[in-house]
Amino acid sequence: MTVKELPQAITPNASFRKKVEEMSEEKVSACYQCEKCTNGCPLAFAMDIAPHKVIRSVHLGLKDTVLNSDTIWVCASCETCTTRCPNGIDIAHIMDTLRQIAQREGVKASQRNVPIFHDVFLSSMRRFGRVHEASMAVTYSLKSGGIKGLLGQAGMGLGMFKKGKVKILPSRFRANKRVRDIFRATERKG
Amino acid sequence: MEVSLYPGCSFDGVAREYRESVEAVAKILSVEFKELPDWTCCGASSAHVANDKLAVALAATNLETADRVGMDLVVPCAACFQRLKVAEKHLKQGKPVEGFSGKYEGKFHIKPIVDFFWENVGEKALKEKVKTPLKGLNPVCYYGCLTARPPKVTDAKNAEDPQEMDRLLKALGANVRNWSFKTDCCGGNLTLSRTDLQLKLTRKLLDMAEEAGADCIVTECPMCHMNLDSKQKEISQEAGKLYNTPVFYFSELMGLAFEDRSVEKWLGRHTVDPRPLLKQRGLI
Ligand code: SF4
Ligand code: SF4
Ligand code: SF4
Ligand code: SF4
Repeated sequence: MTVKELPQAITPNASFRKKVEEMSEEKVSACYQCEKCTNGCPLAFAMDIAPHKVIRSVHLGLKDTVLNSDTIWVCASCETCTTRCPNGIDIAHIMDTLRQIAQREGVKASQRNVPIFHDVFLSSMRRFGRVHEASMAVTYSLKSGGIKGLLGQAGMGLGMFKKGKVKILPSRFRANKRVRDIFRATERKG
Repeated sequence: MEVSLYPGCSFDGVAREYRESVEAVAKILSVEFKELPDWTCCGASSAHVANDKLAVALAATNLETADRVGMDLVVPCAACFQRLKVAEKHLKQGKPVEGFSGKYEGKFHIKPIVDFFWENVGEKALKEKVKTPLKGLNPVCYYGCLTARPPKVTDAKNAEDPQEMDRLLKALGANVRNWSFKTDCCGGNLTLSRTDLQLKLTRKLLDMAEEAGADCIVTECPMCHMNLDSKQKEISQEAGKLYNTPVFYFSELMGLAFEDRSVEKWLGRHTVDPRPLLKQRGLI
């Protein structure tokens, strides 16, 4: 993976920063580029734009650069950056905000399978009110890798099954409706 | 002692031995875990990726139930714990939570399960039940990312170097090793979507545990356990060297020290069989 150089001549565009700050309720402009977030990030090695550069890019309004980055999908939400930022910026939350904007604006995710995973997870949650791991893993494998993906996961699934770790049927219980209502009420409002 | 328990989805699925061992040691310690009635998924690591409001509301609805029940809420999963705490902070700050119209007074505390055993049950009660001290066992404690981070959400006393599990295992007689990877991420979120990255992060933890002189790793989260325990074959293939480190739930080691009869049944479900190590140490 090559680290993308940031463009040299930039006309700052405040509207993207304002949107991110408004949605996340975080102050991107408080960042003074100390790089502490990046130094502690366990996934920095797999990112194309380091976390502190993502923050800087948002500040400068480099919308396409961040929304198309690997970084926003490779970030594991481990909250190390958020814990350590001397300016109290919740960087992990800003990563969420950027993923949300990317999804809403239909930007194709650089890491195709990550949003597929989250979608499948949320559909399972919506349907059953709880996550049923077995059916979720099957749907995910099919959607991300087709039949090959499914067979690839089947080995591990079978092992777990033999050890009595897989519940065959999702649990049915009364609170399903409550969950569906929450999905409905928060949809599109973001 | 009675408390509420928010099990979370993994606790009675992939983590069956976790649930059974927690229930067994609770019984020995006269703790009654009351499962939160009609609990629903906390939203985990996926809802906050899609929609902040959805994520907070999914967790908040469970806090309303817990409030009604009125007892402290114990949580055996790192991700669930953190999501519930995020919702708690929102509600306590009086921020509006879209999709949630319930009542919430916040009459209870949310606790990671190890903190509950260490702080609420306490050292004295734990020590009284120890029949086989875990002498000769050299574990490192793995807390995972989300029981401690970020501290403004979790209220962790020491987010970079938590102590509760270390102290608990020392009280059981184990020779707990110190290491700096207690809260480093195992990549759990990427297990299915970027398996390659998850294997890298998990391998690092296994390497660092070995470097710290540990013979096993102890966890308090079903996801952490699954990542560390079930991927060692793949990691071995990639690394060209054998990884075979037993990974316990802290509650299994409590059961072992208390001489619960079901210990071997729980351990038989692990991918890396911990029984040879325990036999070698004369613990089973
Ligand atoms: S740690 Fe905070 S202040 Fe430092 S570079 Fe990262 S976001 Fe900016
Ligand atoms: S939350 Fe994301 S960006 Fe922050 S340290 Fe963890 S992986 Fe890196
Ligand atoms: S985080 Fe995991 S275990 Fe916790 S409720 Fe949600 S899916 Fe279930
Ligand atoms: S340590 Fe692993 S499983 Fe546990 S919270 Fe972090 S990523 Fe999730």
